[in-house]
Amino acid sequence: MKYAYYPGCSLESSAKEYDLSIRACCHFTGVELVEIPDWICCGASSAHATSHLLSIALPAKALVQTEAMGLHQVIAPCVACLTRLKVASMEMADDDALKKDVETVLEGSYQGKVKVRNVLDVFLNDVGVEKIQEAVVSPLKGLKVACYYGCLLTRPPHIAQFDDVENPHSMDDLMRAVGAEAVDWSFKTDCCGVSMSLAETDAALDLTNRVLEGAKDAGADCVAVACPLCQSNLDLRQKAIGNKYGVFYDLPILYFSQLMGLAFGATSRDVGLEKVIVDPFPVLGAI
Amino acid sequence: MKVAVKGDTSSFAKEIEQACGQDVLTCYQCRKCTMGCPMAFKMELKVSEMMRAIQLGLREEVLSADTMWWCVSCETCATRCPQGIEIVEVMDVLREKAFKEGYKIPLKTIEAFHKVFLDSVKSYGRLYEMGFAMDLNLKLRDPLKDADLGPVMLSKGKLKLLPDKVKDLKSVKKLFENVKKLEESRA
Ligand code: SF4
Ligand code: SF4
Repeated sequence: MKYAYYPGCSLESSAKEYDLSIRACCHFTGVELVEIPDWICCGASSAHATSHLLSIALPAKALVQTEAMGLHQVIAPCVACLTRLKVASMEMADDDALKKDVETVLEGSYQGKVKVRNVLDVFLNDVGVEKIQEAVVSPLKGLKVACYYGCLLTRPPHIAQFDDVENPHSMDDLMRAVGAEAVDWSFKTDCCGVSMSLAETDAALDLTNRVLEGAKDAGADCVAVACPLCQSNLDLRQKAIGNKYGVFYDLPILYFSQLMGLAFGATSRDVGLEKVIVDPFPVLGAI
Repeated sequence: MKVAVKGDTSSFAKEIEQACGQDVLTCYQCRKCTMGCPMAFKMELKVSEMMRAIQLGLREEVLSADTMWWCVSCETCATRCPQGIEIVEVMDVLREKAFKEGYKIPLKTIEAFHKVFLDSVKSYGRLYEMGFAMDLNLKLRDPLKDADLGPVMLSKGKLKLLPDKVKDLKSVKKLFENVKKLEESRA
């Protein structure tokens, strides 16, 4: 199983532990990742707020590069990048004029053969639960995990084409496969407000607070995420939320891949556990 | 809101349909979009009201509204709309039009966010997260905002002090230039 790998800007810096832990999980499950050489930013939320063509051309670059590498599938672990890459590939497939414009902008051609994959999907459907269970050496027995999917893993359904849109379960399935307990809760796909978090912090805190409160009420020891934006928002803002609402949740926010990696026998360093801000060692130490 | 409607009211909806293929005229005001919108509590003009205003041809009012600037593109509305309207695509068109036509953007913060973000991509080919946060706060004239987070993130190895540049910066510049050229030739 060989895939082109588009880490995206966050995984190079604030979400380094997501990158490390995905690579670790791939290593244990026989998935080969080839990083796209000299990839550029997908433009995320800002390009599509300003220019439609730019918002397609930036992520289309990664698709063109994937083809040039002779590969047909690209994994984008950041859900914001994932969505931009998917939108670019779908819109170009549907709109020949747009595809031509993009080719003019990129000064190169695109055959339209690349499939954009989300990393949960690859582990669940390409690797498969059985193989994942086989790779487990230290099951996460007794750990209660609230799996948080956020906005874009399942929405909008015609672009994400993944899992149940209001009550997804793929991350829950993976957590169960590595021995953890996935708690039932109602905020799996509620927005955490991250895109407002830097510019309009106060408004975003309301949304962030609701998600954390939901996880705590469901009895979770930690929250598992699959998006660097969700992770940093839910992790970093707990202090500000404590100050604003008077509740300090102290809830570790971990990438699902960090938890999976640990179950596969990776060390805490291998999966960048020390980079998480709310200390996860107390709840993980218990298992 | 009390408004006077005159002339051909559907032209604005058609203009939007032309830009993104979404037919706002099919909205029948069930208000599911507003009910599930996590940012509704901030919006002066709620999503469903914005859809109605578009149907009524209230171009000015819509382009100067705060709706699309509070919208976090979470896609909840679009997922639940019984008419299958991709509302976020409508939001994108409105943001783009408001930007390009020089409408005053009611949320300075959001405007600054997008500008600073794209400046970073233009200069480095990638988002330089720390520079981005600092530039943004300077633009917002609040340089110490979130200053307590910086040291925490640095100590966790979550921020790079220097930008991560792509090697082939020339082609990134070219990409931006080509987009501009093509868009100008069509304007
Ligand atoms: S959900 Fe769709 S049909 Fe209902 S009010 Fe909103 S846009 Fe209109
Ligand atoms: S996409 Fe925007 S308008 Fe729609 S529900 Fe989310 S925040 Fe509200």
